[in-house]
Amino acid sequence: MSPAEIRDEIIDILGDIAPDENLDDLVDDVSFREQLELDSMDFLDIVMELRKRHRVQIPEEDYGNLASMKLTVTYLEPKMRDIVKA
Amino acid sequence: MYDTIIIGAGMSGLAAGIRLAHFDQRVCILERHYTIGGLNSFYRLGGRDYDVGLHAMTNFARKGTKRGPLAKLIRQLRFNWEDFALAEQIGSSIRFPNVALDFGNDIELLESEIAREFPRSIDGFRKLSQSLLDYDDLSGDDPNFNRSARDVLGELIPDPLLREMILCPLMWYGNAREDDMDYGQFCIMFRACYLEGFARPYKGVRLILKNLVRKFRGLGGELKLRSGVSKIHVENGHAVGVVLDDGTEIAGRRILSSAGTIETLRLCDDITRVDVAKAGKLSFIESISVLDRQPQDFDFDRTIVFYNDSDTFHWRRPDNSLCDARTGVICSPNNYRYSAAEGNLPDGIIRITTLANHDLWCSLPDPQYQAAKVEQYDASVASAVRFMPDFRRFTVATDVFTPKTIRRFTWHDNGAVYGAPDKRLDGTTHLSNLFLCGTDQGFVGIVGAILSGISMANRHCLTATDA
Repeated sequence: MSPAEIRDEIIDILGDIAPDENLDDLVDDVSFREQLELDSMDFLDIVMELRKRHRVQIPEEDYGNLASMKLTVTYLEPKMRDIVKA
Repeated sequence: MYDTIIIGAGMSGLAAGIRLAHFDQRVCILERHYTIGGLNSFYRLGGRDYDVGLHAMTNFARKGTKRGPLAKLIRQLRFNWEDFALAEQIGSSIRFPNVALDFGNDIELLESEIAREFPRSIDGFRKLSQSLLDYDDLSGDDPNFNRSARDVLGELIPDPLLREMILCPLMWYGNAREDDMDYGQFCIMFRACYLEGFARPYKGVRLILKNLVRKFRGLGGELKLRSGVSKIHVENGHAVGVVLDDGTEIAGRRILSSAGTIETLRLCDDITRVDVAKAGKLSFIESISVLDRQPQDFDFDRTIVFYNDSDTFHWRRPDNSLCDARTGVICSPNNYRYSAAEGNLPDGIIRITTLANHDLWCSLPDPQYQAAKVEQYDASVASAVRFMPDFRRFTVATDVFTPKTIRRFTWHDNGAVYGAPDKRLDGTTHLSNLFLCGTDQGFVGIVGAILSGISMANRHCLTATDA
C-alpha cells in the first residue's frame, strides 16, 4: 500500500468507529484526540481493526505513534508497504 | 474450543460478546434462564408486555454528542444513535414531606429548585455539579473513590435534608451498599441521573436487547439459552472450560463471567468454601398497575418520583419484614416525550419499587407467597399515593415481582439488584484467565452494565488474543 492508500484505510476505520464525524475536514498533523475526541478505547479499536483487516500487529508501547494521521501513516508505511490493496 | 466463554446473557455479557465477535473471536454466551436480559428483561402476562428492571435509561445524551458513556458505547458496539430510539423524560421529582425538587435532563432545573428551597446550599451544590461534569473514572483510580459520599456531601451541603434528597435517587438507581455510598459510585450516579438524565425507547428494554442480540448473532456469536453453568473446571490454576447443568462440557481459552463475584468463585472446582456474607443484601419488589387511562389524564406527568416519608432516608434491607414502604420509586413509562409517529403506550402504567427482604420472601410457601404479593402491593401503592394523585380506582390489572423473581432472572445471591457492595473494578479473579463483568465488576444500570462488558472484553479478552 502507498501512503495515500494507507491514509484511505485509516479514514475508513475512523468512519466505522465514529460514523457521525465528517472526516473530509480531517487535518493530518493535528491529533485525533483533539479533532475527534478519541479516547484510549477508540485507539484500541484502530489497532484491532488494523489487525483484523490486514494482520498488522502493533505492540502496546507503539500506540503513541497513532496520535495523528500524519504520524500514523509514517508509522504504518513500512509495516503495510507489502500489503496489496484489496 | 471457544476463544471466550461468557457466562450470562445480560447487558454486560451481550456487549462483551459483540466486542469479541466483532474482532473474529469464537464466542459463546451461556444463559441459565430461558430468556436474555438478566435483571433487565421482560415477560408477558395476560396479553400484556411487562418490563423487569428498566424504569429509565440513565446517561442520556443527544445524537452526535462525542463524550460520555452513551456515546462511548455506541461507538464501541458500532451502533447508530437511531438504534436506541430514545425518548427523553418529561421530568422527574424527589419528594419528601413538605418539600419537593423537580429535575430533568438539564441540570439548571435542579439548580433553580435547590436555590429556591435550600438557598444556603446552592453554592455548594453548584460546586459539586461543576466538578462532576466530566467525571469519567471507570477504573476507580480516584483516591477519593472509596470515601463516604455522606462525608463529602457534609463538607459541601450545609442543609442535612438536601443531602438526604440528593442521595435518595442515586442510591435507588445504583447503590449496592447499605446506608452510605462510595464517593466514586456517587459521582458516577450523579452524572448519570442529574447531569445526563433519563430516556427510554418506546418499546422499552426489548428494543435494546433485540439490538444487542441481533448484532451479536450477526457477527457469528453463539447464544445458548437454558444452559446454566454448574462448574468452571480448573486445572493447574487455569480455567479450562465449563460444565453445564446437563453435564455438557465446553472448552474455552478464557471465561468472562457476569454471574457475580461470589457466584462465580463458587462455580470454580478448585474452591471449596466461599464467604457468602459478602453478597449484596438490597433487593426490591415492584408493584405494577395497569390503568384504564394515561397518567396525564389525572394530572400526573412525572416520569420518575423518588419519595421518602420522613426527613431521613433509610437505605437498608428490612430485617424483620417483607418490605419497607417508607421510601420508594414511582415510574410511569407513559411520561416520556415519544415521537408523534409512536404516540403513547396503549395502557397507562404505574410501577412502584419498594425495598424488600429476599430471604423472607423466599421462605414463604406458595399460598402465603401469593397472598403476600397482594398485601405488599396494597401497602406499596398506599404509601406511594401520598406523593402522587391516587390512581387506585383506574386500575385494571396488576402484577408484582419480588426478590424471588429477581433471583430467577439474575441468579444473584439474595436477589441483590445491584450486586455486592465491594466491586472488583479490575475484573480479575484468582485465576489468570477467568474475569468478571457486570454488576459485581463495577457499574450498574443499562449503560453501566454495557460499558462494563465492553471494558472488561477490551482489557482482558482482546489485547491478549493472537490473531
